[in-house]
Amino acid sequence: MRRYLPVAAAVALLLLLAVLQPWLRFVLTIALSTGLAVLGIAMLLRAGQVSFGHALYVAAGAYAVAFARPHLGEGLLLLLLATLVGTLLGLLVGLFVARYRDIFFGMLNLAFSMVAWSLLEKLYGLTRGTDGIRVARPMLLGFALEGAAWEWALLLAALAAALLAGALVARYLASPAGSALGAIKTRETRLEFAGVSARRVLLQAYVVSAGLAGLGGAFVALATLHVTPLLAYWTHSGELVFVAILGGTGNVLGPFLGAVVFELVRVHAAASFPDAWQMILGLVLLAIILTAARGLVGLLDDLAARLGRRG
Amino acid sequence: MGLLLLLAALDGLATAAQVFMVAVGLTLVFGVLKILNVAHGSLFAIGAYLASTLVGLLGVPWLSLLALVAAALAVGVVLGPLIERGLLARIYDKEHVLQLLVTFALFMILEDVQKLVWGVQPLFEDAPVRFLGRIEVGGIFYTSYQLLLLPGVALASLLALVWFLRRTLLGRTIVAVTHDREVAEAIGIDSRRVYLLTFTIGAALAAMGGALAAPTTSLVPGIGVQMIVLSFAVIATAGLGRIEGAAVTALLIGLGRSFAVYFAPELEVVIPYLLMVAVLLVRPAGLFGSTEVRRV
Repeated sequence: MRRYLPVAAAVALLLLLAVLQPWLRFVLTIALSTGLAVLGIAMLLRAGQVSFGHALYVAAGAYAVAFARPHLGEGLLLLLLATLVGTLLGLLVGLFVARYRDIFFGMLNLAFSMVAWSLLEKLYGLTRGTDGIRVARPMLLGFALEGAAWEWALLLAALAAALLAGALVARYLASPAGSALGAIKTRETRLEFAGVSARRVLLQAYVVSAGLAGLGGAFVALATLHVTPLLAYWTHSGELVFVAILGGTGNVLGPFLGAVVFELVRVHAAASFPDAWQMILGLVLLAIILTAARGLVGLLDDLAARLGRRG
Repeated sequence: MGLLLLLAALDGLATAAQVFMVAVGLTLVFGVLKILNVAHGSLFAIGAYLASTLVGLLGVPWLSLLALVAAALAVGVVLGPLIERGLLARIYDKEHVLQLLVTFALFMILEDVQKLVWGVQPLFEDAPVRFLGRIEVGGIFYTSYQLLLLPGVALASLLALVWFLRRTLLGRTIVAVTHDREVAEAIGIDSRRVYLLTFTIGAALAAMGGALAAPTTSLVPGIGVQMIVLSFAVIATAGLGRIEGAAVTALLIGLGRSFAVYFAPELEVVIPYLLMVAVLLVRPAGLFGSTEVRRV
């Protein structure tokens, strides 16, 4: 039971924040959607691989919602569709990038996302370029919701999706396939000797991570009701990697913890220093990496260990 | 049709020259340090901005070409050692993923440094292009800058670099460290110095690419990332660490891109990456890369 205590505490804290500060409902929905995408990146980091282009799948999910919305009124179906689009695109790109490691893996992902960004900007007739596409608010479970009710419904849906995704990914990481993923980082040759195809293991994780990012993108589209090519831009991919390192990749709570802290800070900081925001992220990222810290999850673990010793 | 092909080829040559300058620095640094510097694109951008500023400050047309070189050297000599000694020297023995994250973090920082120093408004300064005048090709006027200077500088850089690496003692020292750092150190080569020198040359090349590009285009935030992605496509297609190969693929990708501009404009941004994917599917180590035993 102890295992679920941190999760229950996190959920309770999140709901408390949303009750006390109504404007935070939007911020927390965005944070959970970021967390979904980061969860996928954290999976890939387990394998020692970093993708500088996962914003591609966030954008794919968001644009899937925007394109499908005129033909589809049910929000849950839109979420499913976006996950499917992210997954399929992930499979297509993954078949290529899963052949590569390290530098190639990171940079090829960056290249694909930047091509997608250029296309989203250039194909004005299809995507309306930098103006982006407005998304009409869909129904949720057949209810047409407005105002606070809509915000709550979307937040709870995002929370449910986060819990489900977190549980599934935790199961996956604890499974033999998940252990094989970690082995890609430590010693890939041994994995191959054991008769496991490293490429297939990485491809599986990649496809799942793309699907999660697609789902996250769908929530972004539904929360902001507006999608733009910036969703695919490298700065967005960089933020996702940043949150993964900030939260810590030790367990599945890390990405969501990192995302909530990140979005809460961003609400205040990004407005104050619009031209130095990336710089601050870069400096914090450097600090975390060079001190070999394990992110926020690591901090909490240390804290818990210290309290445990005292008590 | 023939004229159109010629024009596309000339445009492609100029594009290739610019991309080559950046890509060759990237591949040189990777070849020696075994680190892919994601922030290489920022050095390109900073070189471009600094060149623009210097040209504007000088205001004397014939000095403007010197200003481009000065800007490149300044970026290389100041930022190169700062980054290599201050940051990269700490991570040579770390995992690849951490090295990538560090240079990516540096990239995030430098992109904003560039915004803080030069702002986000487009900057345009074409004094060097106007100074060199124009040439007529098939009834169409070309700037000598684009037609002669860019390819000339790129070719000269290639030849100079190859001569330096293969024919001079210092250059061969660098090659020795690339082959086997430990053996090179055993015979008395200071590999720290080699790393520092290589990175400085690489940074100066990136900045030179930027300085050369500055008079031909409006400088806006984001040129750095476009360039790092494109030059990575070039060196990945060539095979990482291949200098002559980078020249050939830069030409291939530059021409591919300019032909796309003339004949299928909507494909312009996609062509370089289609070429890259096509090549990598057939030859995973790149056109000129040697297939080695997988390093894991």
